Amino acid sequence: MRTIYLDNAATTKLHPLVRKAMSECEEDGFGNSSSLHSAGRKAKEKLDLARETISKKVFAKNHKLIFTSGGTESNNFAIKGLALGSREKKHIVTTKIEHDCVLNTLGFLEKYGYKVTYLDVDKEGLVNLEALENAITKDTLLVSVIHGNNEIGTIQNLKEIGRIVHEKGSVFHTDACQSFTKQPIDMEKDNIDLLTINAHKIYGPKGVGALLVKEGLGLEPLLHGGGHEYGLRSGTVNVPGIVGFSKATEIIGEREIEHMASLRNQLVTGLKDIDDCWLNGPEVDSGKRLCNNANLTFMYAEGEAIVLYLDALGICVSTGSACSSNTLKPSHVLKAIGLKQEQSHGTIRFSIGIDNTTEEIKYTIDCVKGTIEKLRQMCPYKY
Amino acid sequence: MENYSKKVMENFMKPKNMGEIKDASGVGKVGNPVCGDIMWIYIMVSKDKSGNEIVKDIKFKTLGCAAAIATSSMITELAKGKTLADAYKITKADVAKALDGLPPIKMHCSNLASDGLKAAINDYLVKQGRKPMEHTKEAGSSLRS
Repeated sequence: MRTIYLDNAATTKLHPLVRKAMSECEEDGFGNSSSLHSAGRKAKEKLDLARETISKKVFAKNHKLIFTSGGTESNNFAIKGLALGSREKKHIVTTKIEHDCVLNTLGFLEKYGYKVTYLDVDKEGLVNLEALENAITKDTLLVSVIHGNNEIGTIQNLKEIGRIVHEKGSVFHTDACQSFTKQPIDMEKDNIDLLTINAHKIYGPKGVGALLVKEGLGLEPLLHGGGHEYGLRSGTVNVPGIVGFSKATEIIGEREIEHMASLRNQLVTGLKDIDDCWLNGPEVDSGKRLCNNANLTFMYAEGEAIVLYLDALGICVSTGSACSSNTLKPSHVLKAIGLKQEQSHGTIRFSIGIDNTTEEIKYTIDCVKGTIEKLRQMCPYKY
Repeated sequence: MENYSKKVMENFMKPKNMGEIKDASGVGKVGNPVCGDIMWIYIMVSKDKSGNEIVKDIKFKTLGCAAAIATSSMITELAKGKTLADAYKITKADVAKALDGLPPIKMHCSNLASDGLKAAINDYLVKQGRKPMEHTKEAGSSLRS
């Protein structure tokens, strides 16, 4: 049976061009980028080039790009590194729709006396700029707001948020793992001090990410050792992975974005006929939604059951957020946009990839309709 | 999450005895939409040759995850033909065992089936003007209102 992979927000398949770049690097750039000899120097050259390529992609001028093991590490590093490096300010502002790796890092800091303000979002998942402005005080060390939400696809207005954060004298961090290469990011114009990005959401390898850090922020490293990455992230540098990351930044272009958006729209249009079903997050044509995200609630059917029935038909999707599958907690993002608990159970996230086709979407629409009907026949009553 | 056993998947993909019994002798309604699992168990009671009341027929309707659907299907298989007294004794552990186990995270939340059956039996008894059987609380019981 063929597989229709519609979970590209969880991870993507390594692109052949990325694989090629990585395997070439494994061959002639395998050296330790810290070594003095020719093998080391070759690796170092490739590392420098990758750093430059990725930095340019986000128009970084006064920022250092630190390679990490991925989005989770970058977010941990941004938040804990800044907290450890700046002893005075003890307040952090964030939103209720961040990824768990931000929320749990902040929860960790709360144990050590930090105060955290979790901003509400509206029903589309957007932060209220006035509330943001009011939340920032003289004691606010950091404002961390996710760029493109991983569950409902909401894209925040980085530029405005960054402007407010800077006016109020704080530091702006954004987690752009879902939006990177799908939405333009400009470190200078968007007033970003700390930017989290990673490779495996954009057809690159898993285990590779980066944090861009504004000069002079004074972050403390989380990993101490041989002083790699400007002394901010020790550990022998994963040059082939980083070369893959660099190559991956070239995969999604305007054509791919249009392709994914058109398939996503086809999917949403097809599924919206289903009774008691709705799209969560901003409208598809609002310009406030990631091009590949569709998040729908189907009442009177349960998410895990939907996922497993669709899986049996060859379709890979996820409930709310893939991370939530390990816990039974309803999604904090759906709660934040006002869904009741009994509504959030039947929520499915579809995330389109560059290789999906119109035929696949058509098949998916039919399968989802059949699955929802089958599950609703089992449901004892409507509530 | 731990993967489901083959048995769970079979019972989830092709559940047995799904549906309603019109004019059921008793209906057990457990779970609620907030938790995400709702299970209704319908039973038809009749007497066997020796005059014991047995679960002659049993069906279910369930909203819930794979575990909720699989345990519903399994309880109908386990209870069918049993005397009311024996059916009442079926535990969550019995259901889980018959399914070759459930992931620990699902043991308590989605394994409502034995509670549903007990509720159906008591619904029948109460409708008959008789005393309901006592629900001895087993470990991890999650009778929810």
